[in-house]
Amino acid sequence: MNLDAAAWEALRLSLWVGCWATVLAMPLALWVAWLLARRDFWGKSALNALVHLPLVLPPVVTGYLLLMAFGRTGPLGRLLEPLGLTLAFHWTGAVLAAIVMGFPLMVRAMRLAIEAVDPRLEQAAATLGAPRHAIFARVTLPLILPGILAGSVMGFAKAMGEFGATITFVANIPGQTQTLPSAIWSALQIPGGESQAVAMVIMACVVALGAVVLSEALARRVAARIAGT
Amino acid sequence: MTLDLHIRHRFADFTLDVACKAGPGITALFGRSGAGKSTVINAVAGLLRPEAGHVAIGGTRLFDAQSGLFVPPAARRLGVVFQDARLFPHMDARGNLMFGARFRPAGATGAGFDDVVALLGLSDLLHRAPATLSGGEKQRVALGRALLSHPRMLLMDEPLASLDGPRKQEILPYLERLRDGPLKLPILYVSHAVDEVARLADTLVLLQDGQVRAQGPLYDVMADPAAVPLLGVREAGAVIEAEITAHAEDGLSTLRIDAGVLELPGVQAAVGARVRLRVLAQDVILSRERPEGLSSVNVLPVVIDSVHPGDGPGAAIGLRAGRDRLLARVTARAVREMELVPGMSCYAILKATTVAPGSIGR
Repeated sequence: MNLDAAAWEALRLSLWVGCWATVLAMPLALWVAWLLARRDFWGKSALNALVHLPLVLPPVVTGYLLLMAFGRTGPLGRLLEPLGLTLAFHWTGAVLAAIVMGFPLMVRAMRLAIEAVDPRLEQAAATLGAPRHAIFARVTLPLILPGILAGSVMGFAKAMGEFGATITFVANIPGQTQTLPSAIWSALQIPGGESQAVAMVIMACVVALGAVVLSEALARRVAARIAGT
Repeated sequence: MTLDLHIRHRFADFTLDVACKAGPGITALFGRSGAGKSTVINAVAGLLRPEAGHVAIGGTRLFDAQSGLFVPPAARRLGVVFQDARLFPHMDARGNLMFGARFRPAGATGAGFDDVVALLGLSDLLHRAPATLSGGEKQRVALGRALLSHPRMLLMDEPLASLDGPRKQEILPYLERLRDGPLKLPILYVSHAVDEVARLADTLVLLQDGQVRAQGPLYDVMADPAAVPLLGVREAGAVIEAEITAHAEDGLSTLRIDAGVLELPGVQAAVGARVRLRVLAQDVILSRERPEGLSSVNVLPVVIDSVHPGDGPGAAIGLRAGRDRLLARVTARAVREMELVPGMSCYAILKATTVAPGSIGR
């Protein structure tokens, strides 16, 4: 298997974008999952719908909406420009697209984990004098850790594989915004590019499989620690 | 340290309205399922906010509906032992115990780690995960965890209800040790089992349909004929204190009570020990003359205190035997034919099997 420099660059960029997207989205997803699982507030169903929207919209539409909002002339893009943060046609934009597309998957997994925690355990912790933050850190968080991990791996895998919204929002610039799926797509457009495409497809499979295996192993270890066996 | 509470709370199908005090010793809150017992515990612990009333401990208000005061559970310093133990599944027994100790306020006093481990026999359990503990072991760890938070009072919500008979017997001595030990921690104990209450409580509060129907010292309430329908006719019966004076070779033990001596089988405690006897009302027979030639040897001279006709064919008779009080359940016809009236002297015959070993305890 002979990969050219552009393919390695695409893999590197995909991993880079995937890591950034996962790390940035995780705390926000946890917070939103917490709100949806535990709190009742006005507009809760609207928030729920908004979070899930990228799951049902065609990715191209999501990418176009991102471009409208965060493009140089878009309302949010104009706000970020003076801060030195350019998103459109830039790898940071690929991160944003990956966050938006992976967010529903992360929130879903984390919300399920939070809903599975028996609130009576948290009540017991409160009667022992534990302040709110300590209850979260010492009781709730350890119990939902498998869900957080699972959600994060889902988000990472989604970020690695995101194509439609990414190519619409940040295009397909080698070394800049050309992630692995974009590179595979490009290779398939060139006559005789199949061998490169196949090599990258195998690479994508290896990374995806590795992520799943890793998350399973982590979840098992955490679950075992929680069950205390 | 005395707990003073008055809680009023409306539910869909009934209204809870409970006022009582819980001082030193064990105060048992007894009632059938749905009588509102757990609601009282939750309201005292701060896990439920009642619509009206107040909760205070040692003169410090924890809840006052009028002024809107509501101290959150974490600041109440009340140790709660739940029916389902609620151990943290991701920590071993030691971790659970340490969690109790971690957040106690600087000035609080109470039992140390080693004392609690010794008191509750936890030393072999420390490295076990909650999932591997039996129900009784879980409750002991949960009790230790609550003690280590150095609470002002213990609230126990049916701690034995999910345990089977032998497991109950395994944990009861620990509760007795706690009651009689040096900690002197007041305990509010919720239960729907008369035998537990008879064995543990110093003060008894009877709840029915969310209302307090009777309250007072255990010996008085248990011997009150009016309390029979609340405790159930099969379960009702006085509790008296006795001192073991001898164990005979044929398995019978002699126990002294104020009005005489009793001979009972299966008594485990040592000579000189003071034990509680639970004498079921349905196992007490009344006779106007001193009976002769009976197979039972436990006959006590008594004076009828009160006659309380029941709803059915039965009647509950309150009796005085010296300083102790007894309770007998006879038929209403027997009351008429024997002309049983308050002030009358007669004899109470107690079957030797009246007092089951499980009902004996200090």
